[in-house]
Amino acid sequence: MRFFEYEARQIVEAAGIPVTKYGFCTTADEARKAAEEIGGPVVIKSQVLSGGRMKAGGVKFADTPDDAAAHAEDILKLEINGHMPRGVLVDPKAEVKQEYYASVVWDGTAKRPLMLFSDMGGIDIEEVAETHPDHVGRGHVSNLHPIFDFEAKQVVAATGVTGSQLNRATPILAKLARLFRDNDMTLAEINPLAELTDGSFVALDAHMEMENEAVGRQKGLLRKRLEIAEADTRETYEPSDFERNVAAIDAADHRGVIQGKDHGFEGNLGLVIGAGGGSLTLTDAVRSQGGKPANYSEIGGNPSVAKACGLAKEVLEKDGVEKIAVMMSIVSNTRVDIVARGVIKACLELGKDPGETIAIFRIPGAWEDEGFKILERYGVESCDRSVSLWEAAGRAVAKIQGAPA
Amino acid sequence: MSILLNSETTFIVQGITGREAVNLTRECLDYGSKIVGGVTPGRKGREVHGVPVFDTVAQAVENHGGPIDGSVVTVPPAFTKDAVLEAIENGIKLIVIVTERIPRRDVAQMVELADLRGARIIGPNCLGLIVPEVCKMGGIGGPAKDAAKAYAPGPVGVMSRSGGMTTEISSSLTQAGLGVSTAVSIGGDAIIGSTYAELMPYFEADEQTQAIVIYTEPGGRMEAQLSEWVKENNSRLPIVAFMAGKFMDDEEMKGMSFGHAGTIVEGVEDTATEKIARLEAAGIRVVERIDEIPDAVKQKLGAAA
Amino acid sequence: MAEALHKVFIDVEVDASVAGDAELAKKLEEVCPVDIFKASEGGVEIVEKNLDECVLCNLCVDAAPEGTVRVVKLYEQ
Repeated sequence: MRFFEYEARQIVEAAGIPVTKYGFCTTADEARKAAEEIGGPVVIKSQVLSGGRMKAGGVKFADTPDDAAAHAEDILKLEINGHMPRGVLVDPKAEVKQEYYASVVWDGTAKRPLMLFSDMGGIDIEEVAETHPDHVGRGHVSNLHPIFDFEAKQVVAATGVTGSQLNRATPILAKLARLFRDNDMTLAEINPLAELTDGSFVALDAHMEMENEAVGRQKGLLRKRLEIAEADTRETYEPSDFERNVAAIDAADHRGVIQGKDHGFEGNLGLVIGAGGGSLTLTDAVRSQGGKPANYSEIGGNPSVAKACGLAKEVLEKDGVEKIAVMMSIVSNTRVDIVARGVIKACLELGKDPGETIAIFRIPGAWEDEGFKILERYGVESCDRSVSLWEAAGRAVAKIQGAPA
Repeated sequence: MSILLNSETTFIVQGITGREAVNLTRECLDYGSKIVGGVTPGRKGREVHGVPVFDTVAQAVENHGGPIDGSVVTVPPAFTKDAVLEAIENGIKLIVIVTERIPRRDVAQMVELADLRGARIIGPNCLGLIVPEVCKMGGIGGPAKDAAKAYAPGPVGVMSRSGGMTTEISSSLTQAGLGVSTAVSIGGDAIIGSTYAELMPYFEADEQTQAIVIYTEPGGRMEAQLSEWVKENNSRLPIVAFMAGKFMDDEEMKGMSFGHAGTIVEGVEDTATEKIARLEAAGIRVVERIDEIPDAVKQKLGAAA
Repeated sequence: MAEALHKVFIDVEVDASVAGDAELAKKLEEVCPVDIFKASEGGVEIVEKNLDECVLCNLCVDAAPEGTVRVVKLYEQ
């Protein structure tokens, strides 16, 4: 789950990390008031969940409150990469002496959070790590014991930072690591972490991402402090009607799991496939053999006839779909006969002939014998486990392209 | 012989009274696995398919009269960490976590404690592991009859990020007359208890295993880790790999999440193409089509002979 | 929109001799995992829209006097 910059500031502030006296505004008037309160030059920043704000004109400087209002007016109407802003951040223009970088990310190999720090902040950290590796400090923290300040101190010191800067940066990095853990973040980044001319440190920008699996247990932060509605999931893209419909069918019935994706897909062969790894393998296999999938899907667990039917119908009703291929890797939990009933019913309910519409049915495993009986009765071409996923996909492609069997 | 499991392995099922657990308990018992107890807090005194249920792991251990080797954990995500820590702290050394959707932080904590105590976690979000005709821990392969069809004993060690594909691939090896020494569904999450590289030493030490097959997907750095391990350890085991999800390299697909939680593509390093190159550089044969696996294994075995 | 179809794959027959039995009706309603049976005033009621969800567990057949409840696989006819 992603956060807007203004939310990330709140998160960081709540963790005890110094932030600027920023204001979050949704109107030009509010922006004027915020600038007045700040009493100096400000930066107006569009609040969208997208990068490239500067380039798109979503970041402007204002010397007076009137300018601030004018810029806010413009930016509030500016669409950036398909996103309309929620509001603007009004930030005091900081007197920066030096910019640092601080973040915490997951290291999947070490299976621990990793703290990163650099005294070359404000720019791309990957670039710094490559060109100036001794300016990047790294250190893992344990998942079990409390995070100690000295662990952060070591990371900061590794970049050569010393003196009062070391002593100010250390607690900030330590607090960032603690907030990463406490709030189930997958990314907690402050770039730049600025040292101001008066020697104080402040987070000039913050970027946070929370693990979706943990959203359910972070209600205190999400609902109470940040007041984010449950329905506000901030997905990376807008689900299509197909995706939404399949999700609705899935949610309405707890028996089994279905999922459908069609973003980036355009084709005539609908895929009713599973499960996880099987779906990936089959999608590759169809494409590699010249097929044009209309969608991706996953069917798994122990679905009801209604759920399997629901998915198949949604796929069949997509524009351009001529036939569907029903294929899965060997199943033990999913019942072959139940899925067979579901996909055949989908055809019947749409007034289509199952034998014609289902290009191939390949699901070996639990209750397959019963499944074969049903498939045979309705004239659906099927194959057993001796036919590989690759070959089954190939047959589906050949069928839809009209090649002789 | 096999890795991690043998004919004497005893284990419990935590969350045994749940719908999925009741099923897999039946399947494992039918397969010949020694399930010596189940744990569901509050349900002590009950029985599931003849297996006694306890409130605590300690009670199960006491009832058994000695250390219990393993646990299959099916407890819901909010309670999984507690259950796994309980197992570890009661001397259990092999823990299969079936549960999915566990927050990463919890998984990392479980794994770190397991490390400290010399225990090994398989999963989470996995179907377990199986030694053909000997023992099955988890839902892998399904009902005993179905598992027997798919899994014949043989020289190939199988590791897969997808539970279903573990059986699909193992079945093709069985059909080709090759067979499996041990098959492990390692789980689909971003952080798991045992990666390919971490399980390789076990296979390396197992006489029966003569070759390895891995199933993998984009996301994460497990392939890089395996490639490094192979190079550093001069492994005797030829490895054949199959990667699914290559279509995710396409521009339109970037940023979408497919398959397992760990398969969210981020940056060039993690794409299928990069991974395949890395594996091949380490001498690992990456096949294009899934049905090429058995022949590729036969070739490698022939070459090694 | 397309009409939903029911009783495509499975039908359940309950002998007239036991269909009015309230106790049997209750038992059948209890054992069926997919709610094919409903206990009503008249006895056993079949919920047609759930027929195709039958998982062939045979618990209904076992719960009733022998031969009085039959699960019919329409695809075998």
